[in-house]
Amino acid sequence: MTDTLTAPTATRGLVEITGVRKSFGPTEVLKGVSLTVEPGGVAVIVGPSGSGKSTLLRTINHLEKVDGGHITIDGQLVGYKLRGDRLHELREKEILKQRTDIGMVFQNFNLFPHLTALENVAEAPVVAQGRSKEDARRRGLELLDRVGLKDRAGAYPRQLSGGQQQRVAIARALALDPKILLFDEPTSALDPELVNEVLDVIRELATSGTTLIIVTHEMGFARDVADTVVFMDQGQIVEQGTPKEIFSNPQEPRTRSFFSKVLEPAFNI
Amino acid sequence: MSSATGVAQSQQSQPVPAAEAPPAGTGTSGAGGSATEVAPRVAKDYSSYRVVAAKHPWRWVGTAVVALGVLAVAWSLATNPRWEWGVVAQWFTAQSVVNGLVETLKLTAISGVLGFVLGFILALMRLSASPLLVSVSWTFSWIFRSTPLLVQMLLWYNLGYLYEKISLGIPFTDVRFFEVQTTTLISQFAAAVLGLTLNQAAYSAEIIRGGILSVDQGQLEAAAALGIPAWRRSTRIVLPQAMRAILPTAFNEIIGLVKGTSIVYVLAYSELFYTVQVIYNRTQQVLPLLLVATLWYIVITSVLSVFQYYIERHYSKGAVRNLPLTPLQKARKFFATHAAVPNRRNS
Repeated sequence: MTDTLTAPTATRGLVEITGVRKSFGPTEVLKGVSLTVEPGGVAVIVGPSGSGKSTLLRTINHLEKVDGGHITIDGQLVGYKLRGDRLHELREKEILKQRTDIGMVFQNFNLFPHLTALENVAEAPVVAQGRSKEDARRRGLELLDRVGLKDRAGAYPRQLSGGQQQRVAIARALALDPKILLFDEPTSALDPELVNEVLDVIRELATSGTTLIIVTHEMGFARDVADTVVFMDQGQIVEQGTPKEIFSNPQEPRTRSFFSKVLEPAFNI
Repeated sequence: MSSATGVAQSQQSQPVPAAEAPPAGTGTSGAGGSATEVAPRVAKDYSSYRVVAAKHPWRWVGTAVVALGVLAVAWSLATNPRWEWGVVAQWFTAQSVVNGLVETLKLTAISGVLGFVLGFILALMRLSASPLLVSVSWTFSWIFRSTPLLVQMLLWYNLGYLYEKISLGIPFTDVRFFEVQTTTLISQFAAAVLGLTLNQAAYSAEIIRGGILSVDQGQLEAAAALGIPAWRRSTRIVLPQAMRAILPTAFNEIIGLVKGTSIVYVLAYSELFYTVQVIYNRTQQVLPLLLVATLWYIVITSVLSVFQYYIERHYSKGAVRNLPLTPLQKARKFFATHAAVPNRRNS
């Protein structure tokens, strides 16, 4: 049971996003986005702020309800159930169950400040998956060890550095054995020198068979780790392809102008 | 004394009072140009000097004036015979006073607990997505915060005048499961509890709502993303964090409630304040008996304050890097540091 995480199981975690629309008030932030991420694949979404990257990520685990289109994971609709010819919105309980398959790591970590690192990691497996406390604790320590923080298990988030907090948050997301992990700008709130310790953990995950969808501004990291790079602008996917295609030879003028601003001159494939 | 540090400084050890050689090329006054000419600076070694703390003469004057004032008040309290401390001592632990005290504590505990439970429900209603629940909760707080507690109290006690009987049944039909005379149901005690509870609920609802709102939205999102069920989300994630904002004001309310129970005297309910009134109406020792009640209220408040301190400390776990010291630990530290030689050396 525990080794489902480490063994590459590239048979689960297929994400299919089809024509997703979403508005906040009068602003349409997603204008019909379609994207497929293969099981075990690593998709990195880049683009200017306000392009809808984070919103797209949040629709995948139904933190944002879509206004149109749909998302499936391994063929199963997210947030809805097809009954007859109607889509019924799932009840809270069912949505929560779906979410245990989808881990999420936030820009601001969102660790629970009143719980220790270990308690943060071991909370969800007990209440959302009904594991025993002892089991969750043991597994929590394993995961903290995996992100290099076993010796800080008893520390409260505020006693940890930003990079350490984010690594705890990753361990917390892994504790549910998710098929898919969503990263919402996981290094944006970190000091430059702390970025790499977090990226190293994500790099290691990229080879583990879990599907990763990552929103980031770290272009070098995107180039290293991604199977697919997706460039979004103004609520639409402008271009997608392998890192080589997107970074070295972008086809769309919008993509080119974006990269000319964010990539330093020395950045080459 | 200075030898050890002198060695540490070593290399270019000029004797301590290194005269600051003014930079050579002052005429040019431009920056970088003469950088090579500047003689290597020798950092002055201060480690062998004694540190003298800054003097605060006015602080001492202020302290003396206030101390004098405190002394004067204490002196007058102790020596003015009209305080009648003997009478105070005589009544302080009298059976009737203690009985009144117990009633006061009972009222406080019951209406405090019920008030906060109801307040919690009202706060959740106010935060719900249903417009009806929101407006009912809002109206409740509006009404009970706008009417004087005294009026509420009298109203509940005289409910029997408005509604002779209270019955439980199916509305708009003649089916009645249960019917009772209002006056037998609403005793003085019931009216007191009802009035205090409902009033307390209106205030605590706002306090709890404020606390819940103070918790970062990201916490709820993270909990939802982890599949943690709604009830658990509130009790395990949001409330413990909200408590930090809730507790100081909540204790304010509880302390207010302790003294607020004295208003129940209008119902001739024999809590502490009413009991004392009855006694001084008989003995005419008004001030000493008011003092008896006051001292008891002070005692209750003090005990509550101690609870408050430790409960707040408990909930600050994780919110501060290191927990603040308890008064006991502080005292120990104070004596540990101040018992040592007062003139601190920089060593």
